[in-house]
Amino acid sequence: MAKSITQEFVKGLWEEIPPFRLVLGLCPTLAVTKTIQDGIGMGVATTFVLVCSNVLVSAMRNIIPSKVRIAAFIIIIATFVTVVELLMQAFTYPLFLSLGIFIPLIVVNCIVLGRAEAFASKNAIMHSLADGLGIGIGFTLALASLGAVREVFGSGTFWGAPVFGPSFHPFSFMIEAPGAFVCLGLMLCIMNLVGKK
Amino acid sequence: MRELIKMVVVLTVLSAFSGGLLASLRNGTKDKIEYQQLKFVKGPAILDIFKGATNNPLLDRFKLKDGTVERSFFVGKFNGKTDTVAFESYGKGFGGDIGLMVGVNLDTNKIVGVGVTTLSETPGVGSRAKTDPSFVAQFKGRPLEETFKVKADGGQVDALSGATVTSRGVAAGLTDAGLIYKRLKPELEKKLKNFSTKAVKTKKGEKNG
Repeated sequence: MAKSITQEFVKGLWEEIPPFRLVLGLCPTLAVTKTIQDGIGMGVATTFVLVCSNVLVSAMRNIIPSKVRIAAFIIIIATFVTVVELLMQAFTYPLFLSLGIFIPLIVVNCIVLGRAEAFASKNAIMHSLADGLGIGIGFTLALASLGAVREVFGSGTFWGAPVFGPSFHPFSFMIEAPGAFVCLGLMLCIMNLVGKK
Repeated sequence: MRELIKMVVVLTVLSAFSGGLLASLRNGTKDKIEYQQLKFVKGPAILDIFKGATNNPLLDRFKLKDGTVERSFFVGKFNGKTDTVAFESYGKGFGGDIGLMVGVNLDTNKIVGVGVTTLSETPGVGSRAKTDPSFVAQFKGRPLEETFKVKADGGQVDALSGATVTSRGVAAGLTDAGLIYKRLKPELEKKLKNFSTKAVKTKKGEKNG
């Protein structure tokens, strides 16, 4: 039962990588991965919220009465999301503009609430921190890879720099919502093929 | 009963703590956020209007009360004369309000430049109001106090083809800007006079914002 802190961290990177393995948090996964920057920005913001809320929920797990635990978790999560939103507006305004409504929507991201409820409320602080960090980095990697694929094929650029010659005609389907679904489906497929025993 | 009290206390303390934290963070980042918003949303339009100005119009700004609304004005300095201001007005477009930054010279009452700050028009159609510089360029040098109308409505504005509603919105926004200008002109002149003397005094400290 008792896993080491390292194990808790590593499981989020592959075994339980949120969008691909748990198929959770799909709303931001599909909506903001038009470019790799947006994907990473969203991932980092979510990781911050995840780590902070996991630590606080874990620290308060014996104080919060179980009947109002969800309400308490939401307060904690919403606070950190607002912190991220304010900091993003103050320091990385262009990123804030391109992520738009999806920053405040981290509050209802089921990964964050899911980890608070399923993990942090039952485990020690260090384990919860490792869990949040692992899941968060896994989420960031997933968003970044999806964003990279969509950006390369959809706009012909990688991190804003063109990768193909001027003759390349962007496959704009990939930038749109259906492209996100198809791309995610193919990546799930690849993950399952690779992970098959 | 004990459990009930505990629930109330925990939630109250948690909410109070969170509220306090957010309020102080908001206060701490307020100026920074305002400047960032200016820089990225209105900044490009303002700097475009004030091309060739010797000051930083984003820093040289003031607010004036217009009835119940408070409006921001940006000051441009050309050839040592602070006689140009820019301010924002809105017109109803096809997909919501179109924000216009209008620069006007107080001596001649003529428009020095118009830039679109915010719009939610149809991409590729109405959005050309922002992306096609030749559309807003037609307003340059026109007296701001006239009523703007698109040509189809018997006015003087060349509409964007296929985007008449957007063009009407821009025209309405400019007309509104003219009304604001007329209302506030005496106060603006007073402010600018103060500004040209004050700007010299505070120049050293405030320049590196």
